[in-house]
Amino acid sequence: MSENTASTTGTAPVVGTARVKRGMAEMLKGGVIMDVVNAEQAKIAEDAGAVAVMALERVPADIRAQGGVSRMSDPDMIDGIIEAVSIPVMAKARIGHFVEARILQSLGVDYVDESEVLTPADYANHIDKWAFTVPFVCGATNLGEALRRITEGAAMIRSKGEAGTGDVSNATTHMRKIRQEIARLSSLPADELYVAAKELQAPYDLVKEVAESGKLPVVLFTAGGIATPADAAMMMQLGAEGVFVGSGIFKAGNPAQRAAAIVKATTFHDDPDVLAKVSRGLGEAMVGINVDEIPQPHRLAERGW
Amino acid sequence: MTAPVIGVLALQGDVREHVAALAAAGADARPVRRPSELDAVDGLVIPGGESTTISKLADIFEMREPIDKRIADGMPVYGSCAGMIMLATEVLDGRPDQRGFAGIEMTVRRNAFGRQVDSFEAPVEIAGVPGEPFHAVFIRAPWVERVGAAVQVIGKVTGGPAAERIVAVRQGNLLATSFHPELTGDLRVHAYFVELVRAA
Repeated sequence: MSENTASTTGTAPVVGTARVKRGMAEMLKGGVIMDVVNAEQAKIAEDAGAVAVMALERVPADIRAQGGVSRMSDPDMIDGIIEAVSIPVMAKARIGHFVEARILQSLGVDYVDESEVLTPADYANHIDKWAFTVPFVCGATNLGEALRRITEGAAMIRSKGEAGTGDVSNATTHMRKIRQEIARLSSLPADELYVAAKELQAPYDLVKEVAESGKLPVVLFTAGGIATPADAAMMMQLGAEGVFVGSGIFKAGNPAQRAAAIVKATTFHDDPDVLAKVSRGLGEAMVGINVDEIPQPHRLAERGW
Repeated sequence: MTAPVIGVLALQGDVREHVAALAAAGADARPVRRPSELDAVDGLVIPGGESTTISKLADIFEMREPIDKRIADGMPVYGSCAGMIMLATEVLDGRPDQRGFAGIEMTVRRNAFGRQVDSFEAPVEIAGVPGEPFHAVFIRAPWVERVGAAVQVIGKVTGGPAAERIVAVRQGNLLATSFHPELTGDLRVHAYFVELVRAA
């Protein structure tokens, strides 16, 4: 694919390999990545036990409320967040906006999210992510979309959900869909994988790899609408390897306490006693919007293809 | 010969990769999240992950004291990357409230090689691990800046700007690497640890 995928042969260290990019996501597993818009929020997230923060100018709920074109954050703001915390910092670039991604790489962010939450910059092409040293995470609503992003070099996938709603139903749909499609591939006889690849609009080799291993070749997180510890735990039980929480924390009554509760719920996602304990006394959750009430053109999950 | 039971601390991080590598290296491997589960293991692996998160969860879910006690009683423990940080008696560039287990007498610098864009792969020779140099994967990795008298340095970076940095150490039954053998499919480090547990 590119020299970035080559492994080391000599003694010189090699950066930006597929293994260190995908490996970075492996280290985030079982963790919670929180959207933050300033250094103060980043500190609250780190204090709560977040494995990483996502730096962005407005959380999805505000992007939705205020409208307009949504872009990469101001480098000063990203620098401020990098300064403020010791955990990894991610930041969002618009779909297809390879220059925003270059800028984020130059700032030293640890992961770039090529995100449908921002206004797309290219309605045909996503970023060629193999061309970067920094790893990318991309959203997907189904297996074909996930595999197309991986083909373009994504080192981590998150189910899209519907960001900024506090309504977990779309995240559930997307996680179930990806899981079902992987299970279906694994059940197919080898000679049907060619047509399966055609239907998924994804390369045959990658489809075959998923069919054989029964999982994506990169880490799969979930995102979009997670607002409570129970939401996070349900997504983990549905096969997510970790959770992105956007508006759900800082649009709620008591962000620090809610953030810590979601971290605990993600680790002990299968223990109802722990979940009951951490769900108590969190104050008001974000008010939320039902995805059904959002007109089709305003649904973020439908950006990207 | 029965397989030694080795737990992988499953609070956060790449638990599955360590469980798979340990199993392939001949251990009865299982995730460990609770004190009662810790009681059932002969050895413990602290995986790669985010050390600040693991430290916090170890306190919240009351794993710190039981692990410290088992270490004091001689239980073998292996830490990779974040696990190395969790086994260090002193951490630089960590959070002020970040605490490790009472482990290896060493000073470790967190994210010492830089940010993710600086993460790299390079060969490392490890004393006691036979064969070719180990193909090591470093991800926002720490390095060891100082070791106590009882600590054996078993691996250093061989080339590049960080040459000669200490990245693998052993003190008695405690083993730590800056890098992630669990991501490579090379089982030699895990086999070394399984032997250590078997002999303990």
